[in-house]
Amino acid sequence: MLLIRAFEEKVSEMYAKVEIAGLLHLSIGQEAVAAAIGSLLRREDAMYSGHRAHGHALAKGADPGRLLAEIAGRKDGYCGGKGGSMHVAAPEAGFMTATGVVGGTIPLALGSALAFKEGRQGNVAVVFFGDGAMNSGSFSESLNIASLWKLPVVFVCENNGYAEFTPISAHTLVERASEHAKLFRIPAVTVDGNDLLAVLEAAGPAVDRARSGEGPSLVECLTYRLRGHYEGDPNKYRELSEMAEWKAKDPILRFAAWAEGEKVLSAADRDRLEAEVRSEVARAEEFARSSPPAVADQVATQVYA
Amino acid sequence: MNFLQAINEALLEEMKADPCVYVLGEDVAVGGPYGATKGLAEEFGENRVINTPISEGTVVGLAIGAALQGLRPVVEIMFVDFITLAMDQLVNHAAKLRYMSGGQLCVPLTIRTACGVSGAWGAHHSQSLEAWLAHVPGLKVVMPSTAADAEGLLRAAIRDDNPVVFVEHRALYYQADELTSENFELGRAQVRRPGRDVSVIAIGRMARVALEAADELAESGIEAEVIDPRTLQPLDLEALAASVRRTNRALVIHEAVVPGGIGAEIAAQLQAAAFDYLDAPIGRLGAPFAPVPAGPSLEAAYVPGKAAVVAAVKRLLGTP
Repeated sequence: MLLIRAFEEKVSEMYAKVEIAGLLHLSIGQEAVAAAIGSLLRREDAMYSGHRAHGHALAKGADPGRLLAEIAGRKDGYCGGKGGSMHVAAPEAGFMTATGVVGGTIPLALGSALAFKEGRQGNVAVVFFGDGAMNSGSFSESLNIASLWKLPVVFVCENNGYAEFTPISAHTLVERASEHAKLFRIPAVTVDGNDLLAVLEAAGPAVDRARSGEGPSLVECLTYRLRGHYEGDPNKYRELSEMAEWKAKDPILRFAAWAEGEKVLSAADRDRLEAEVRSEVARAEEFARSSPPAVADQVATQVYA
Repeated sequence: MNFLQAINEALLEEMKADPCVYVLGEDVAVGGPYGATKGLAEEFGENRVINTPISEGTVVGLAIGAALQGLRPVVEIMFVDFITLAMDQLVNHAAKLRYMSGGQLCVPLTIRTACGVSGAWGAHHSQSLEAWLAHVPGLKVVMPSTAADAEGLLRAAIRDDNPVVFVEHRALYYQADELTSENFELGRAQVRRPGRDVSVIAIGRMARVALEAADELAESGIEAEVIDPRTLQPLDLEALAASVRRTNRALVIHEAVVPGGIGAEIAAQLQAAAFDYLDAPIGRLGAPFAPVPAGPSLEAAYVPGKAAVVAAVKRLLGTP
């Protein structure tokens, strides 16, 4: 969580200084979901994400330097600057791809799951999507096929209450992804997505179920993005009081309070972790800055294999 | 061997050769609507010949994910008209993942789909949409016109590490010809009939129509060279241009509507490659700019036939 937060704060800072261009969707405030799910996966497991993907990639083990270089359009980014924030892929870490199309990667996760089922190695496919994707045809179609074929896939819905600039209530009467899943007879739970332990508790059995060949599950995490839909979003569609309320439910603060109370982590431990993360992000920044911008003669390469 | 049997043979051989080849689509485990996948489920099991729900977009997306994981899926989209439902996955993921990932990912996916006018099936089971597909960087597009090409090119498509859309004209399914020992690769045109007076570049079923027209033209002393591009993306421009440099005239024929059709692209590339050799503007022949009608009499008026090709060639040559 700390790494994702520090990384995205760096991205935001570099964007504000016009050192990064593009359409950036930050997950600040939603880190518990990525961190919990990522901790349950092996490198060989396949992870897919949507447009708000930085945290997921990091949680799957993507290198922060190469990720930041990619977001900044540098030559040494994962995709040589061709993917950028919304289409980054780090398959070496099992982070297959992000996508700019809402709901677009849900079917792709089914394909990885089909290959895993055939390979019988107990690998799992995980796909993250938001509440906006719940209303896409690919979501319903994918639930149907995953259920029918008992695919080893875990659907993770980060329900942050807003599809772009519109609250979920304006888009559907079925406000819970878990309700959709249950219709297709997929085990599903809705949990407090800002509670790391709650997400772990729900997702652990889901991942185990997929790994042992028992089929798909859906974990819906109720959360909130503390930044706009994209960096630069004037955020006029949300009340300040609502944002303040969620800021108080910051998943990092909540976990820190629990960990201190339970004596899992001392304040000194936390300071040390924060320092480590700061230096990791500083190294990533140094790596990204030292990499030259992607060069023009690469513009039409790697179109075909 | 007819075209359908050739497709079946290619699938059978590739599935035998490579355990990573999977077939997915509506009704494929029972052979599909025409029997193209007949016997495959019996031979390889229903875990490799997979019936899918009618969810084209998700099935293509699923096949992309499976391809990323190292499988080589062959998806059947029953009619190219329904590829519209899978265009998001095909255009935004299959075509672009290689590029967007900076070469890290590879999508060895083949989509087989039936196109074209035949049997008065109307506007939703008869279209020719190959130009849309050929316009997308990252996709390859194949349109065979003979059983031999269908067999060889489908095998090449399955072995290709890129997403390939393999478009089969329904009216060719029961046409038979001998398989050849050609070493097939995507992107090679073929001269179907040599000739000195005009290059008739004819795509898919139109290659057959062009050959019939060439026979009739020969009776009036006009020797048309008929060339079948076979693959539209990549296009074998060199072979087409070499023909035009010999004949100095070109007519491009497809069953798709003329405006924005692949014929426009071929004509543009040819005029750039062989402008100095041209004695007349490059002609284009295809369907009128209208959806495919259902009624048999309208359908007959819609598709260019032998007479239309003969007339177009004569116009190009300025002969009555």
